[in-house]
Amino acid sequence: MNSLAKLLEAALFASPRPIATEELAALDPESSPAALQSALDELREHYNVDGHAVELLEVGGGWQVLTRPEYTEAIERAQMAVRPTRLSPAALETLAIIAYRQPIGRADVAEIRGVDVGAVLKSLHERGLIDVVGRAEGLGRPLLYGTTNLFLEQFALRHLGELPRVDELAIALRRNGDDVVLAADVIEPEPAGSEPAVAMMGASDAATEATESAPTL
Amino acid sequence: MSPAGDAPGPSTFIVDLTGFNGPLDLLLSLIRDEQVDIYDIPVARICEQFLGRMHQLQLNEAAEYLEMAARLIRIKAQMLLPRKEGRDDLEDPRAELVRRILEYQQMREVVDVLERLGEDRRSRFARTYMGQPAAPPPAPLALSLTDLLVAVDRVLRGVKRPTIHEVIPRALDVDGAMATVRAILQLRAHLRFRDLLRDDSEPWEVLSALLGLLELAKRSEVHLMQPRPFADVEIRRELAGEAA
Repeated sequence: MNSLAKLLEAALFASPRPIATEELAALDPESSPAALQSALDELREHYNVDGHAVELLEVGGGWQVLTRPEYTEAIERAQMAVRPTRLSPAALETLAIIAYRQPIGRADVAEIRGVDVGAVLKSLHERGLIDVVGRAEGLGRPLLYGTTNLFLEQFALRHLGELPRVDELAIALRRNGDDVVLAADVIEPEPAGSEPAVAMMGASDAATEATESAPTL
Repeated sequence: MSPAGDAPGPSTFIVDLTGFNGPLDLLLSLIRDEQVDIYDIPVARICEQFLGRMHQLQLNEAAEYLEMAARLIRIKAQMLLPRKEGRDDLEDPRAELVRRILEYQQMREVVDVLERLGEDRRSRFARTYMGQPAAPPPAPLALSLTDLLVAVDRVLRGVKRPTIHEVIPRALDVDGAMATVRAILQLRAHLRFRDLLRDDSEPWEVLSALLGLLELAKRSEVHLMQPRPFADVEIRRELAGEAA
């Protein structure tokens, strides 16, 4: 490995969080973005080819060294590390809706799920998977929620655009397309590197308009 | 910002004994079980089954299920009304329900994806940083009496033997000193304090002489005079005392 790849390895080893590419670039201001990318590739290859128990992955907008799944059980049995608890089905449903329709208010999530979601929103917020991103314009100016970087991290996503697009989902939705209007906004594939703006399941207008910034209370 | 404004309070009562995540989940499961076309739901049949399952699962008081039951009954009623052929502007009363079921179904598909991704990520460990763990509390002492005595012995060995002074009480002989002064004054008219002392006088003898003199002066038997500070004290017979 070249010296830049080694430097990256040391930084990734030392950091408890994924490190964004820009942060990695700051380690060695002399290096060009191309050199950085090739060093990252080299490090990843090094882990993959030379038979390492860890691998380099890009998650949640950054790079992270993770252990390979085959060692998880043994590590957990020896109580050297603990896996995060699994999310409940209710929490996953809520998270799925927020991921696709953010920013979205509590009432709209409840409408889709058919049940009240107050408690689930609270626990997702406490786990840091969602956050308040603004307020809707309508009556009472309800809070709007969106997913966080931790969400991407915990689902090993680089960005929201990695979630399946709606037109890749249920085939049933496109049958009899004129009977049912759903999935109104089929988004274009993400240009590489751009911020994802996912509004797949036909985000409600009120929610979309109030995305700007969180107004003062 | 906190989500408090939107009041997702702890008051929400979650019943999840049924395995269903709400009425839409139950409805979707019925539709799948019955293998009916989602775009042509036999509302009467599904409605009847929905009510049956509600009863079976004792969901009769769950508001969300009740609301769905009411909706199904209303759609069932609307379906019974005659519709004129060719009047497409009248929406199928089931349309809204179908839209919601499809939306829910779509979301469930995303849930499957998230579940898979989440499981995959859960099976990998990242480097974690844990702060310095707090020092464990000291264990309760577990030692025998012998251990303790050995330790005490070891400590005492290192200590220097203390110097012990023997203090002998020495009574002052004030009366003797007074007698001596009286005796000398019988022979001489005056004397000096120094005359009462030898060169090698013990401190107790000096003190006895001093106190004896003071006592004699108090009784007016002698007259003490010191011409200047630190000069020798001159002792004379008190004339008045002699007279008395």
